[in-house]
Amino acid sequence: MKFKALTAIAALIVAPGLAMADPDDDTMIINGEVEMITKTAVPEHMSDTAVSELMSGWHFRSDETQALQMDDFDNPGMIFVDEGMAQWETVEGTEGNSCASCHEDPSSMKGVRAVYPKWNEDAGEVRTLAMQINACRTENMGAEPYKYTGGEMANMEALIALQSRGMPINVATDGPVADVWEQGKELYYTRTGQLELSCANCHEDNYGNMIRADHLSQGQINGFPTYRLKNAKLNTVHARFKGCVRDTRAETFKPGGPEFTALELYVASRGNGLSVEGPSVRN
Amino acid sequence: MAKGVRPRVKVPKSASAGDVITIKCLISHKMESGQRKDKDGNKIPRSIINNFTCTFNGETVIDVKMEPAISTNPYFEFDAKVPESGEFKFVWNDDDGSVYEETKAIEAA
Repeated sequence: MKFKALTAIAALIVAPGLAMADPDDDTMIINGEVEMITKTAVPEHMSDTAVSELMSGWHFRSDETQALQMDDFDNPGMIFVDEGMAQWETVEGTEGNSCASCHEDPSSMKGVRAVYPKWNEDAGEVRTLAMQINACRTENMGAEPYKYTGGEMANMEALIALQSRGMPINVATDGPVADVWEQGKELYYTRTGQLELSCANCHEDNYGNMIRADHLSQGQINGFPTYRLKNAKLNTVHARFKGCVRDTRAETFKPGGPEFTALELYVASRGNGLSVEGPSVRN
Repeated sequence: MAKGVRPRVKVPKSASAGDVITIKCLISHKMESGQRKDKDGNKIPRSIINNFTCTFNGETVIDVKMEPAISTNPYFEFDAKVPESGEFKFVWNDDDGSVYEETKAIEAA
């Protein structure tokens, strides 16, 4: 954080309140049991960046918002996990299957959220978790795919993410995904829109500073799907990307398209080592 | 009955007699205010939970009249004194006449 020292000085002179944009040092323990990794060393591939430590977006939120995520009863995202559970057991499509028909209990999904997006050998493509869910629906269930950023998709992602809660994100960046990962990195550093902002301008160069009235985090996606207080629902990664790109006043890429898939892979890899938090709670 | 309604309550399983405990209640409900219009301009009819009560062994702990400005998935947290072992009963009344109920037993030592 280049401007941190400056901010601190300004804060001393002008008003102590300004320093509030800095992340805090709280520890996240969910239900008084599961301790989460919310700060960790930067992965190898980020050694040439200005980021000195990975930090979950949770550290950039107020104590009240943080507390919501530390108790499953208080976490509004858990309502959607319940809905996801109902979907899990619902038979749909021409094959007469539900998710449970093949995968039995959702606990069989343990570890899945931590490694996605990942290479699918049969399809010969990088698949996000959402793409895999829809592939399962269309190919194995004969059902209609969920809308990529829709509520049902978010519910299902939340249910699956919850099974991996606390496990460190560990997406592959090499091997067959290397090309797509490079494409994602390219997108991350490409300025878009009338404001000419890249992801890195805010989330690498200026995390910890304010953007108007809000705190800039590192833009980590380990907490997705995320319950946002501003829209009172679960938000998916690509919907969030779309919002961010739109805010640069650019034409956005299509959620579920190859650009956002590549970006998701790259951004996920920037969080390698942080705990899976989904469903997290943010502003 | 509104879709996807499910009450959730968190009450400690035991307490010392005379203790004050914290109770948390959440019910998933869309809480349609009646102020909104659909995309054709027709008014979306009001559909909210208009009343919430909690009783302990028949005695009222809290009785809340709810209005349309209350947000979706209404959440209540309050304290209650537990003089003896017994049962908390929670009741939500929907505009459409549905009644959602939940009970939690507590052991007072």
